[in-house]
Amino acid sequence: MAITVSSDSTGRGLARGRSLAARTVRFVAHRPVLAVSSGILLLFVAVALLSPWLAGDPGTLNPPRRLKPPSATQWFGTDHVGRSVFDRTLWGARISLGVGFAVAITTTVVGVLVGIVAGYFRLADTVIMRAMDAVMAIPAILLAIALVALVGSSPLVIVTAISVPEIPRMARMVRASVLVLREQAYVEAAITCGGRVHSILLRHILPGAAGPILVQATYVFASAMILEAILSFLGAGTPPNVPSWGNMMAEGRQYLQLAPWILGFPALGLALVVLSVNLLGDVWRDMLDPSLAPSAAGVTR
Amino acid sequence: MIAYVLGRLLAAIPVLSAVAAFVFLLLSLVPGDPAVVIAGDLATPEQVEAIRRSLALDRPLVERFVTWLGHMLTGDFGNSLFSGIAVSELIVQRIEPTLVLALMTIVIAVTVAVPLGLVSAYHPTGIVARLTMAGAVLGFSLPVFVVAFGLVYVFALGLGWFPVQSYVPLSEGLAGTLHSLVLPAVAVSFLYIALIARVTRAAVLEVLREDYVRTAHAKGLAARLILTRHVLRNAAVPVITIIGIGFAALLGGVVVTETVFSIPGLGRLTADSILRRDYPVVQALILLFSTVYVAVNLAVDIAYVLVDPRIRY
Repeated sequence: MAITVSSDSTGRGLARGRSLAARTVRFVAHRPVLAVSSGILLLFVAVALLSPWLAGDPGTLNPPRRLKPPSATQWFGTDHVGRSVFDRTLWGARISLGVGFAVAITTTVVGVLVGIVAGYFRLADTVIMRAMDAVMAIPAILLAIALVALVGSSPLVIVTAISVPEIPRMARMVRASVLVLREQAYVEAAITCGGRVHSILLRHILPGAAGPILVQATYVFASAMILEAILSFLGAGTPPNVPSWGNMMAEGRQYLQLAPWILGFPALGLALVVLSVNLLGDVWRDMLDPSLAPSAAGVTR
Repeated sequence: MIAYVLGRLLAAIPVLSAVAAFVFLLLSLVPGDPAVVIAGDLATPEQVEAIRRSLALDRPLVERFVTWLGHMLTGDFGNSLFSGIAVSELIVQRIEPTLVLALMTIVIAVTVAVPLGLVSAYHPTGIVARLTMAGAVLGFSLPVFVVAFGLVYVFALGLGWFPVQSYVPLSEGLAGTLHSLVLPAVAVSFLYIALIARVTRAAVLEVLREDYVRTAHAKGLAARLILTRHVLRNAAVPVITIIGIGFAALLGGVVVTETVFSIPGLGRLTADSILRRDYPVVQALILLFSTVYVAVNLAVDIAYVLVDPRIRY
């Protein structure tokens, strides 16, 4: 979903009727950061979707060929039980991006609902925002590992545990936008005309807040992938038989001196994806509001 | 002023009560019977019954919450299910490395980030500004343990300047303690530096556009004096705010970093206790971390008055 928006919004500014190649070159030259970061993200999305065909079985053991450095046959080397680091890194992309997408969507849906209710219905505001303050007072990593460890780790629990600490930030931002938007003349006009509450919210208020919501969702996406890796790394996330970047790094840490590639490739994958998502968010934020560039947006995390 | 401080203290009470309720409910979220989960797979029905009675799980939820909260307020956090040691004693045993690590991180982060943010604002197109902004995006994107392992690989395994993992207690000398915590502190401060540098740059840019700065330049005031008297003081409020908000990142970073470097602190205790399902320890630690976070941000609110006389309460 995220990617369609980027190509749409930039396509408009480019000359029509040229060949695809010429337009691509212009696009890259015009917005190099956007082009490179969406390119990297697209590559990883493709890898995640196609890993069953691109990569072999990530669980195949080959003890005689363990801890081998990267070579022509084993591009990323092998780990301590002879499994292919390449295959495992590719499979790990599924977990990371999957959790990232799921958390971004959950957080956006719940955060927007909570934020709109708090911002539009003054009676609910105080109660909702105090509850959000309480959740925000607990450091995100602690809250997530506590939830997963207590309830047990399944994909659903992991996504919920990472979404819970992110929701208050999204809700706060949406609430702030709604507070501004509901004072706008066109919203007042719609109320005066007797518009029903849900149509005012859906047709007049939500579109006005869509830009900041999208930008916030990309930051949530990025930090969700980091949190998932931390959870798996600490042993509270993905079970050991499912390769994820976090548990690959946890297994690779004992062999950091002997075989740095076990830890290095998943770390590189994670850093590249998170970096490209963060850069995309920054570019979109600057496009929406050039006066904000490069501002204190990091505060939202 | 005193009324303001009192008011803020009172305002912290509902937030902390909500945190307490949340932490308490975490235990009730456990699917099935918490006593069975706590007792483990090998427990006999009698042991499960004993645990249920010792945790008063047979009482109604509200009554249990009130009792539990009363114990928390009087400093009675119960005993660890794993070691049987009182939770308060465990916390006292483990607090030293975490305190030193947190202080070191703040010192490193502020001394690195504030000058970087300042220079980036003064010379927005200069090389320092470009590197700082690129570094800030990296800081947001690299998970703390990736930074930690990178540092270990280069500075501990490669160059041998620092230990791979070990903590030297304060009783064996301050220098040794600081030396053993250099890599962890740098790793935790990475994200913190990114946050503070960005906000410092934005705040200083804003102040530099103000009329009074132009006036100061026009009347020939030395650049150093403009910086210290006018710019820094006026840019201080957002910078202090982000130091407070970023404290959550520090606490989270501490949990991960202490595990990576095997530092026997509160962060390691938290991670271990969560994995061991040592509920009383987990509840007490989450409550403690959240209280510290709320207290730090309360201190930040009060510090506004000290740095900015325009803010009066």
